[in-house]
Amino acid sequence: MQYQAPTTVESAVSALTAAEGDCHILAGGTDLLVRMRSGMVSPAAILDIKKIAGLRNIAREDGGWRIGAAVSCAEMGEHDGLGSDWPGVVEAANLIGSVQIQGRCTIAGNLCNASPAADSVPALVAAGATARIAGPNGTRETAVQNICTGPGATSLGKGEFITSILLPAKKPNSGDAYLRFIPRTEMDIAVVGCGIFLTLDNEGVCASARVSLGAVAPTVLLVEEAAQALVGTTVDETALGALAAACSSAARPINDKRGTIEFRTHVSGVLAQRAAKIAKKRAGGSS
Amino acid sequence: MSNIHVTTSVNGDPVEFLCGSQDTLLDVLRDRLGMTGTKEGCGTGDCGACSVTVNGRLICSCLMLGAEAEGSEIGTIEGMADGDALHPLQRKFIEHAALQCGICTPGILVASKSLLESNPEPTEEETRYWLAGNLCRCTGYDKIIRAVMDAAHEMREAS
Repeated sequence: MQYQAPTTVESAVSALTAAEGDCHILAGGTDLLVRMRSGMVSPAAILDIKKIAGLRNIAREDGGWRIGAAVSCAEMGEHDGLGSDWPGVVEAANLIGSVQIQGRCTIAGNLCNASPAADSVPALVAAGATARIAGPNGTRETAVQNICTGPGATSLGKGEFITSILLPAKKPNSGDAYLRFIPRTEMDIAVVGCGIFLTLDNEGVCASARVSLGAVAPTVLLVEEAAQALVGTTVDETALGALAAACSSAARPINDKRGTIEFRTHVSGVLAQRAAKIAKKRAGGSS
Repeated sequence: MSNIHVTTSVNGDPVEFLCGSQDTLLDVLRDRLGMTGTKEGCGTGDCGACSVTVNGRLICSCLMLGAEAEGSEIGTIEGMADGDALHPLQRKFIEHAALQCGICTPGILVASKSLLESNPEPTEEETRYWLAGNLCRCTGYDKIIRAVMDAAHEMREAS
């Protein structure tokens, strides 16, 4: 296996495009090294992107935040401005694994690993984040929810890799939240995850909302019916009931060792209600 | 297969090593540098026995390639005591009998030291969350937590 640490995006794309056999991007390595060890992958080459200028930065862009693909989740948690604008995304990123894992893992890696139960992905989808992708034909941008196409599968083409994720400018009177259910208190994989982003108008009425669910379908779901249950309401008990019903209705989970279909369907609604209350409070709404 | 030449520092000493492209930092520490204080438990980032710091950040050395360590500062359990003088955490682990078989102990000490550097006065809850990635199958954790809290107290008094 060849180890390369290119210093520019262009040289990384060239190496990826020219690679014969399996060439893997290495950022935090917390998924890749586990898969290599278990024999699930045997890369011919590894491209470490941490030496590429800018990929380890969190920078202001158009009022939002551009997060380089090699920024660790711990670095996101230590960044004051990012955490005050997008607390739900930052909290989701810091639910991944242990302190040790958070010191290395990245949200771009969490996205590309394409686990249905990834914690940061529902939060990014709810936030309306976009991914910047470098490839042989230059750079393109796409919404985060377009990246994962199934468990372990992404829409990235040959020679392409994610260089950064953009969280949009935080709107006035807006707030986001992410909650997951796990049977333990730490170090576990989501049985259900739910991300919510909403904005309120000056009267405290929900003007827009995005609701996402994780671990209840092959990819993260963006549930339009759930968002509509909140828009035009004060996110009161009636609206929360409709939100829960919409989320439970949208969930199409599987039975596995972490949870049953029945349990995951029910918990989708429960978590959505709780996350909506947090997002509303963060948006400045009265409880 | 050609080896990769890596220049780094370990516990403040300049260190150069050669490693294979697939060697983890844990492999390098134990098999190339003979520093066997860092343990391998699971090899998949779940147990924390291989905890070290890289540029001051706590990580699992089983989930980092040796080649990635180029130019970085590595801290291991071997750098914890000052000669024969044990670090307060090490003394408190002995006083509180916070270990039995000892395999998890180096990782827990390195992780606890990292906690106290960023948060000298952690609550018990903060300490338990911080150490959630360090598994111990012997002690039931209570003695470990008591030892860390006691060491934190002593270190605050001394400073």
